[in-house]
Amino acid sequence: MAVKVKIASTRQTPLQTSAQPISSELEVRIRKRFPNPEGTFNLNVHFRALAGFTILFGGSGAGKTTLLDCIAGLTDPDDGRIAVGGEDLYDSQKKRNVAAWKRRIGYVHQDLALFPHLTAEENVAYGLCTLGAAERHARSRQMLGTFRIDHLRDRRPAQISGGERQRVALARALVTEPRALLLDEPLAALDRPTKSLLVGDLRKWNQHHRVPILFVTHNGEEVFALGDEVILLDAGRIVAQGQPHEVMRAPRLETVAHLSGFENIFDATVVALREDRGTMTCRLGSGAAELETPLIRAEVGSRLRVGVRAGDLLLATEHPRGLSARNILPGTVRQLEQRDVIVSAMVDCGGAEFEVHLTLAARDGLELGPGKSVWVVVKTHSCHLMAV
Amino acid sequence: MNWEAFWLTVRLAAVVSTLLIAIGIPIAYWLTYSRWRWKFLVEAAVALPIVLPPTVLGFYILVALGSRSPLGRWWESLTGHTLAFTFEGLVIGSLLYSLPFAVQPFAASFGAVDKSLLRASASLGHSPVQTFRRIVLPLSKAGLVTGFALSFAHTLGEFGVVLMVGGNIPGVTRTISIDVYDQVQTANYSSANQTALLLLIISFVVLSMVYGFNRRLWAVGPWR
Repeated sequence: MAVKVKIASTRQTPLQTSAQPISSELEVRIRKRFPNPEGTFNLNVHFRALAGFTILFGGSGAGKTTLLDCIAGLTDPDDGRIAVGGEDLYDSQKKRNVAAWKRRIGYVHQDLALFPHLTAEENVAYGLCTLGAAERHARSRQMLGTFRIDHLRDRRPAQISGGERQRVALARALVTEPRALLLDEPLAALDRPTKSLLVGDLRKWNQHHRVPILFVTHNGEEVFALGDEVILLDAGRIVAQGQPHEVMRAPRLETVAHLSGFENIFDATVVALREDRGTMTCRLGSGAAELETPLIRAEVGSRLRVGVRAGDLLLATEHPRGLSARNILPGTVRQLEQRDVIVSAMVDCGGAEFEVHLTLAARDGLELGPGKSVWVVVKTHSCHLMAV
Repeated sequence: MNWEAFWLTVRLAAVVSTLLIAIGIPIAYWLTYSRWRWKFLVEAAVALPIVLPPTVLGFYILVALGSRSPLGRWWESLTGHTLAFTFEGLVIGSLLYSLPFAVQPFAASFGAVDKSLLRASASLGHSPVQTFRRIVLPLSKAGLVTGFALSFAHTLGEFGVVLMVGGNIPGVTRTISIDVYDQVQTANYSSANQTALLLLIISFVVLSMVYGFNRRLWAVGPWR
């Protein structure tokens, strides 16, 4: 049941002119079998990642880390081919297998693996061993500045905070100017403001170094915050690939809904700010439907994504009154579907389609059916905002 | 108090434990990272001196160094005298005798270095040997010190191998432990007591330094 969404190359940020324009593409086609507690695990994937963020999304045990290990050369696939920028790193037919340390692929693992006996600056400079001392010094200082950790340069990993360690680990991988970057949940332990700041720094770096960044996560929100492209991995196979809202929304895969937690995801534009009330108004897609959402730091006209859980929505068959909920959208039931004891209603609200979860009793009580006019009720604080 | 024997012993222990750093690190490296299926045989061979009676070990070393063995003949053609009953012969015997006391702490500390650090180092473009030099060795400081000190202390107190390989030549192969034996044989108990006490104190100090050093490393940080 592989749902293939075509890679939309137009979505990729155009190549920027910079001092060192590096552009490469990662191509992976590998198989690997290995025993695990539930028998044998089969990793069998084939994909291409262009410059920019590609999210590897999937639950635990989907094979994400094994896949990254294969690309980095830390473990060998059974067969297949791995190439970056046109150069084969691994090719079972040509019997080619470049050693991990010659691959020039940056890899930041969840446990960061900072060298405990080296200072932050020495950690960052570690991968620059082929350069002269002056050049090494200049480059690592610059990278420390980019990641705002210049003041920590003489401290050891044990003497800095978790977020700072994360920055050191990223800086250490990026300073070597890798041909591709593998990030295995590097932000998992961070609080949200720290995370978005770090993501911003990563994006800035990626604009000048156009390399593929494979970013592993099992956090649905990160998918929308980061992804140009999403690869959904389940039990060692790619079940969907495409833009976040296509993969996470269009194919109603149970894994997607389960993992992201948001059945409803909309591209939205900020149309008004109500700073005094702590809210703002967002228009959904290109239609007319608008939602009042919590205020975030945004400007009128800026684009973002809104996620709403299907279970957080209310349906009414008459225009409700006297409700605290601020969003009451008129719409038409397009389709009803029963899954176990949950009824999933698809409601068209003028260009924006909502999925609403109801109980069987509610469906019968409201006499819902396709074509019925309803109002969808959305609480302001049920709207989760994500950066594009 | 036989100071000649004392300094000879210290010199022997210093030479042997220093050489064991050079010999033990590559062996421990191989034992830690090799995936050869028969590796356990080498591990067992390295550990042999711990369980073998020193006289058995000494006997084989004596045979290997003697003028009938290829090694003994080669050395004789090079220097004009045999290896047996010389200081150099004593060094070779002691090297084998103390090998596990260096290699085992080395290998244990190499193996204790977090594998994720080695992976990170590889991803940052360092070859296995570079990684070993820049990551594994610095993080194995405690194991290196322990191995050096243990092999030093162990060589100080050896008896059987020295007697078999070196004999009892004053100034050349007569070490403290043999001196103590001689003095007891001649019923010279007070002198034996002095020498024995000195050896006891030195050994205790060296071992205290080892344990104290390891403890301090632990106290400084979560890393070793």
